[in-house]
Amino acid sequence: MTRSTSSILAVPFAMVLAVFFVLPLLLVVVVSFWDYTEYSLIPDLILMNYAELFYGCFDWDQGLCTTFATYLSTFKYVFLTWCFTLIIGFGVALYLVFCVRSLKMQIVLFLVCTIPFWTSNVIRMISWIPLLGRNGIVNTALMSMGIIDQPIEWLLYSGFSVTLGFVHLYTLFMVVPIFNSMAKIDRSLIEAAKDSGASAWQIIMNIIVPLSRSGIMIGSIFVITIVVGDFITIGVLGGQQIASVGKIIYVEMSYLQFPAAAANAVVLVSITLLMVAAMMRIVNVRKEL
Amino acid sequence: MFSRAQTAWLTVFFSCFVIFLYGPVLSIILLAFQGPEGGLTFPMRGVSLHWFEELWRGLGVVDISRGLRRSLFLGVLVMVFTVILSLCAGLAFRKKFRGSGVLFYLTIASLIIPSIAISLGIALQFRLLDETVKWLGQTLEIQWIIDDFQTSMGLIASGLGTHLTWTLPFGLLIMFAVFNRFNPSYEEAARDLGATPWQTFWGVVFPLIAPALVGVALFGFTLSYDELARSSQALGAVNTLPLELRGLTTTVTNPSIYALGAVTTGVSFLVIGLSLGLFWVLRKKAGNIK
Repeated sequence: MTRSTSSILAVPFAMVLAVFFVLPLLLVVVVSFWDYTEYSLIPDLILMNYAELFYGCFDWDQGLCTTFATYLSTFKYVFLTWCFTLIIGFGVALYLVFCVRSLKMQIVLFLVCTIPFWTSNVIRMISWIPLLGRNGIVNTALMSMGIIDQPIEWLLYSGFSVTLGFVHLYTLFMVVPIFNSMAKIDRSLIEAAKDSGASAWQIIMNIIVPLSRSGIMIGSIFVITIVVGDFITIGVLGGQQIASVGKIIYVEMSYLQFPAAAANAVVLVSITLLMVAAMMRIVNVRKEL
Repeated sequence: MFSRAQTAWLTVFFSCFVIFLYGPVLSIILLAFQGPEGGLTFPMRGVSLHWFEELWRGLGVVDISRGLRRSLFLGVLVMVFTVILSLCAGLAFRKKFRGSGVLFYLTIASLIIPSIAISLGIALQFRLLDETVKWLGQTLEIQWIIDDFQTSMGLIASGLGTHLTWTLPFGLLIMFAVFNRFNPSYEEAARDLGATPWQTFWGVVFPLIAPALVGVALFGFTLSYDELARSSQALGAVNTLPLELRGLTTTVTNPSIYALGAVTTGVSFLVIGLSLGLFWVLRKKAGNIK
């Protein structure tokens, strides 16, 4: 095929992204400068939506403004989820690559780890209810063992269940890329380290972690960008009590305050892109595929 | 590299992870098979298909079977588009072309930009489109627009587009992974033997990448079938199954919601099983070509 015919093949793909991704995002930026009433949008060029978003945020005596407090709460979950998914995902990948000898077994166990990705997220969220609820398995078990007298209330619809839900849903976003980079590590490096007397811990910290760097980065980008905009897990498992940026945008949209939601979304997307750009400096994604 | 004891510890750790992954879902599937007195938690009270019957009769105002049909329909549509568009784009990306760098970064961006922002953008887009259509209808006095036109949002327009922004990046990344490992000497051999580009593609390249296309199809269908965050504001009045389900989490307080969970998980597993089977068959065939 000649150069021009082969690049034509990318046109339908590019068109879909142009119409359903680029254009909508441009509209979000444009509308964030519009005015609005209860039932209509008014084209304009005002900074009111941003001014309202950051109202009181730079007045340090007043304490934290709502926007900053919401971002702080969101980033708390981003950070916690990132830590847990990274540690668990790294451990799982380590086991799959270095402890499972036969290739067939490796493929089977790898599939076991990835199959939940293809099932419903909402179902996986509500499946914690019978375990963590007031009369759930955990509380019943702890009470019958006499460890507690009355049910623990913070198991469900709390920061705890939200974090647990995130880790449950998104750890495999860490497992897959880390597995991918670990599988490429030259085994003779590890043999050499072992022959020189390195302990397993030293091998992990000095060889495996640095050489799985790109997998760790890709997994982190996935987990962080999903959690930072979440409003569903926080809604279902947080019992509608926990604030997040995504949820504010969602609520504003349901009240048809589109320009306010748009201003919020512009800030959220900018922060997300800045974080990703910083992480992309460490790793070349395209080379890793 | 690990001692026996260390390997044993890691095996325990991995087993705990698998229980953590599957335990909760298994527990709600079990609870879906309770008797009529069953509640939302253990212990199980009796064994029956009562809650599936309840589900079959419908849960209050929510029309489950319609939601399921919509989700299946949209899933298949998204799957077909994802496979074709990703395959074509994957072929194009084998050579550098003008704008290939930009398109690659757009694809990554479509994957990582928070879904709520994309949902908002598409909602805005269609809202403005609707207003334009209504305005045109009024000024040009087109009767059916004035009488009947409600919204241009729907499964096929905004639904398909929204889901593609989520499935296409996965499809293209899989195609990259395939073509980065693809040995071009098979194609060269076909060409040297006088095959046309069309024959080379269908006779040599396609059978070799067919297993990967099954993978793309699996991603296309399941990601669409379970999609929630991007669809939440982008479908207008129609609801897909995940949207209905999320609504039910706040209103339904009996095991029929678990029955629904069991049904939709069953659909997912059926699709995954079929895909994996097809994948192995096609891989064997591809092996024979080599």
